[in-house]
Amino acid sequence: MTNASALTTRKIRVLVAKPGLDGHDRGAKVIASAFRDAGFEVIYTGLHQTPEMIVAAAVQEDVDVVAMSVLSGAHMTLFPRVQELLADAGADHVLLTGGGIIPEEDVRALETRGIGRLFGPGTPTTTAIAYIREWFAASPKAS
Amino acid sequence: MSTKERKVRQALERKATPRDAGPPDSARVEDWERLRGTLPERDAPFTTVSGRPVKPLYTEADREGSDPDTIGLPGFYPFTRGPYATMYRTRLWTMRQFAGFATAEDTNARYKYLLEHGQTGLSVAFDFPTLMGFDSDHPRSLGEVGVCGVAISSLADMERLFEGIPLDQVSVSMTINGPAIILFCFYVAAAEKQGVAAEKLRGTVQNDILKEYQAQHAWVFPPEPALRCIVDMFAWCSEHAPKYNPISISGYHIREAGATAAQELAFTLRNGFEYVERGIARGLDVDSFAPRLSFFFDVHNDFFEEIAKLRAARRIWARGMRERYGAKDPESWRLRTHAQTAGVTLTAQQAENNIVRVAYQAMAAALGGTQSLHTNSMDETLALPTEKAVRISLRTQQILAHESGVTNTIDPLAGSYFVETLTDELEKDALEIFAEIDALGGAVPGIEQGWFQQQIAMSAMRQQREVEAGERVIVGVNEFTEGSESIEIETLRIDPAVERKQVASMAALRARRDASKVESTLAALTEASRSGENLVPRILDCARAEATLFEIRHAMESVFGSYKEPVFF
Repeated sequence: MTNASALTTRKIRVLVAKPGLDGHDRGAKVIASAFRDAGFEVIYTGLHQTPEMIVAAAVQEDVDVVAMSVLSGAHMTLFPRVQELLADAGADHVLLTGGGIIPEEDVRALETRGIGRLFGPGTPTTTAIAYIREWFAASPKAS
Repeated sequence: MSTKERKVRQALERKATPRDAGPPDSARVEDWERLRGTLPERDAPFTTVSGRPVKPLYTEADREGSDPDTIGLPGFYPFTRGPYATMYRTRLWTMRQFAGFATAEDTNARYKYLLEHGQTGLSVAFDFPTLMGFDSDHPRSLGEVGVCGVAISSLADMERLFEGIPLDQVSVSMTINGPAIILFCFYVAAAEKQGVAAEKLRGTVQNDILKEYQAQHAWVFPPEPALRCIVDMFAWCSEHAPKYNPISISGYHIREAGATAAQELAFTLRNGFEYVERGIARGLDVDSFAPRLSFFFDVHNDFFEEIAKLRAARRIWARGMRERYGAKDPESWRLRTHAQTAGVTLTAQQAENNIVRVAYQAMAAALGGTQSLHTNSMDETLALPTEKAVRISLRTQQILAHESGVTNTIDPLAGSYFVETLTDELEKDALEIFAEIDALGGAVPGIEQGWFQQQIAMSAMRQQREVEAGERVIVGVNEFTEGSESIEIETLRIDPAVERKQVASMAALRARRDASKVESTLAALTEASRSGENLVPRILDCARAEATLFEIRHAMESVFGSYKEPVFF
């Protein structure tokens, strides 16, 4: 296998999104800055987005990854809803990942439904960056 | 001991003989400096969590030229040593655990549990829909009803929340900001139904919209109409609810969003002064409302800096109120505060360690002289706390109050070279930040330009980098990680049936009430929003007519518009 960065010929496009009514954006802003510093192209939605608004932005911006930050406890509603709308919009090649205050059991349940990795408090930003790079390198859109 | 160190010690001992420079035990600072120069230092940052450098030793020399009046005595201007003369010798702080989840009935049961276990005040956590002014059956509320707090969409919900809890006897704090004026009116109307007049109500509504735009982000209206609602509440409460605090000017969320201790201190107090200016601009006598302004600070990991921050806050407020705003009543100078341990310091890894973090932070809050305290539960990085976790955090306060001895004497750290120096430094930093805010044109232009938001985000990023680079140790996260792999801890789950139940109860309410009365009171509110008269009596009428939260919000929004944040990262 060639290493991931050598395969990456264009910048990875990431939509950092805050769905729902939760205003806690410390994590979203920190991860958006870290993604940008890692060389990703980053679009940040701002707060209080509906799943529909997030998917519309993802399609319009033609992103590779949607990274959602959810600290409101509504993750079991919001992640599946965005996943469903992405599929409806013909954008199921987009990686849906994220993080927040999400109990381990729910992380496993969401991963079983095909949602990407979900990162909890204390995760180094480098872990999320490495995960996205590896996923991108393996995805058909990488070239 | 190294040979070099031994030689220096011997030399110093020789020097400090009676023949020489005084008795053997009276080494001077220079002697200590010389000895220190021979000793290695650990490879550690020696800065506070906010990045403030800390010297290895503070001595009398650090206090040279300082004015003893800046320290003063508890209960006296400038209140550095405490807002009250006798502090915990007369009354312990109020142990006030923030709680709310699911429906009003569920939360009511938790409140009764807490009161039975010795808690002395209540503190309401609302769910996100309520915080944003949406009813439980609004489409935007989907999936969030009762999840992060209790769902309150009407007077009937508020009545159920306090069923069997006499509101003339228990002080209640409500964390609500964007639609604060509406929830406040639900509360007043619920008390009325219990036969309790507004003048008997003790408690606090957070109602601090400036920090919402800056940090916490649960807003409804744009800044100017939102500030008008706040001043309406100052005016109404000073006349009708004189024991009630119509605002809790909050640094907590500013700090949690990433600010440093000095930024938290400065932004919070500057916001407080903004509210004072708005009240004065309305024509209110500053002494008619300033005594009821209350505060809320975060108590983070850095023990001494947090103590100094609370001491500095009291002094800056007292000086500003007296000297700048001409308040004459000492009650207007006296900063009273609630404190909460720092949620952001809790770790998901080895969650039980959080009990220890919370205990140290709680001790800093007590040594800083707080009037009430919430201690976080160990499991809050994973979910809302379980009953057991809440009990441990309440017990932490009780152990502190009754076993540790810190309540025996007032402001025990006063006169400490270090703590007094830190207190002075924080005050100086805050005054410098005030000057920056003034240069931006004040709090509102600073918000509109995104200045506060960017300052906070930059501090958050700096802290994240320090942790990731291993410059700052977080136990269980970047060091001592054995045992961090699995996060198996019992968590509280909110049954999705809660949302269905709440939606059904809204439908029943809408069917039951007198629709024409709802309509006429809402129309009168819209008219008052336009005319500029005090909105509290109008919203009270809407509440009594059982208009819902979103209906009332909407009646005002049609005149006020809604807030749009400046988006950046």
